Amino acid sequence: MSKFEFPKSILSRPVWGTLEPRRGLHHLMIADAEGAEAILDVATPEMMESAHIIFIPKGTDYAKRLRALNPAQFYDGPSYAASVTRIQRVLLGAKMSTQVYLSGTESLMGQAMLECTNAGIPHTAIQTEHRGSTARRMQCVHCKGFTEDVAIDPFVCSHCGLNLFVRDHYSRRYAAYQGVCVDAEDPGNVPPSKGIYP
Amino acid sequence: MSGAEKIDVTVTEIVPVNALVKRFKFERRDGGLLPTFSGGAHTVVEMKDGDITRLNPYSLMSDPMDQSAYTISVRRDDEGRGGSLFMHNKVSVGDEMVISYPVNLFSLDLRAKKHLFLAGGIGITPFLSQIKQCERLGDAWELHYACRNAALGSYVDELTAAHPFEAHVYYDDEKQVIALENLLNGQPIGTHVYVCGPKGMITWVRATAEKLGWPREAVHYEEFLAPQPGKPFEVRLAVSNKTIQVGKDESLLEAMERSGVDAPYLCRGGACGQCETRVIDYAGAFIHRDHWLEDDEHASGEKIMPCVSRFEGKTLVLDR
Repeated sequence: MSKFEFPKSILSRPVWGTLEPRRGLHHLMIADAEGAEAILDVATPEMMESAHIIFIPKGTDYAKRLRALNPAQFYDGPSYAASVTRIQRVLLGAKMSTQVYLSGTESLMGQAMLECTNAGIPHTAIQTEHRGSTARRMQCVHCKGFTEDVAIDPFVCSHCGLNLFVRDHYSRRYAAYQGVCVDAEDPGNVPPSKGIYP
Repeated sequence: MSGAEKIDVTVTEIVPVNALVKRFKFERRDGGLLPTFSGGAHTVVEMKDGDITRLNPYSLMSDPMDQSAYTISVRRDDEGRGGSLFMHNKVSVGDEMVISYPVNLFSLDLRAKKHLFLAGGIGITPFLSQIKQCERLGDAWELHYACRNAALGSYVDELTAAHPFEAHVYYDDEKQVIALENLLNGQPIGTHVYVCGPKGMITWVRATAEKLGWPREAVHYEEFLAPQPGKPFEVRLAVSNKTIQVGKDESLLEAMERSGVDAPYLCRGGACGQCETRVIDYAGAFIHRDHWLEDDEHASGEKIMPCVSRFEGKTLVLDR
């Protein structure tokens, strides 16, 4: 089961939707891992005729099934970092009649959405659907370094080594949740780490 | 006092632009500076026409950063209720008038990478100030302007001379039509489209953009509805404890103002939502003309926009 019901939280926390087919002349679909399932659910043969799928498998084997949808273009990328230049190039040449669909982890959707909004697409016009891992892309508010795939709280910043508390405070500009030092007042007094979601 | 703050001005110049359009220039009576505004803003002009006071909105067409004067262009409407005829026939240079602070219900979305302007006829006016703002900010823009013929194409010469690559003009008489579908399809990601013109043109642009998959957020339109004349009717204003008559040629909002009721308003054209009024009781039929309320609200009989909508029937009681 790749779907997860996120608990209600503060206004800053992104709310993800469910992909639905929309009218458009081009369909740009960006997904990682189980995000492929959302594309498989929404895809129609008509949409695939003008679809460009950018997929980062992260060890899953969905690529074959996505390719079988017969999209106009299909790219299988080893990582988001490897795929982002392609995403930027596609957006550079994209027209207004393009629909964007993002699915998979919050990290993938957040970063791809940042590229889309930088290209000038209103964020409310971009469809999203969360699937798969609930691990987060975190930014350390102290050293500004990013740590990917954070599933526990608190966690150790992969850059500066501080013990960080996982907040729901999200930055659209950094496409990351904010991590704040948990033992600043009393160094070493760190509560035991547990999963972000009970 | 309802509406935006007022400014006392003098009419300092009136220029006939063509057979139907006149341009008016307003300067502050106290010699001070006018507020800057943003492209697409309008001002509400007070017209004292005998016993009637009309408040009509007109788009500001001057440079938004020019604080020395405001200019508007008024198209004469011989079939209308008389506001434009008053401006054309009764206003002279040197007259003292009152206008409102600028109000903008049609501003540029500054997140856009490019602005695509579509104008029909006198709908060119908000774009004149928006183009000046774009030029100042270095924003990319493109104008497609449809008018009846060369003789009635307001500001065509100025626009095409100053912006030969950005301004595109189409004359109905010469069967020239904006190739809308191609135009919209060719726009790069990050383009916002703005349309101002007759209702048919706005509907056409919105429907085509939707069909092509343009996000709703990137489609902007402005249509001032002039209140239409209609059968006189009686209204009970429950809060003010008054019963008033709405004449054939006045709007419900104007009738309330004439009776000394300070009703809220801003655009006076059915667009901004400021004058929305709750209906307490009615027996009869509403003639809704605004594009503020949703269809189900129109059908509910619970709300009315007195700036443009009317009523036919026996009883109408409003929460005002």
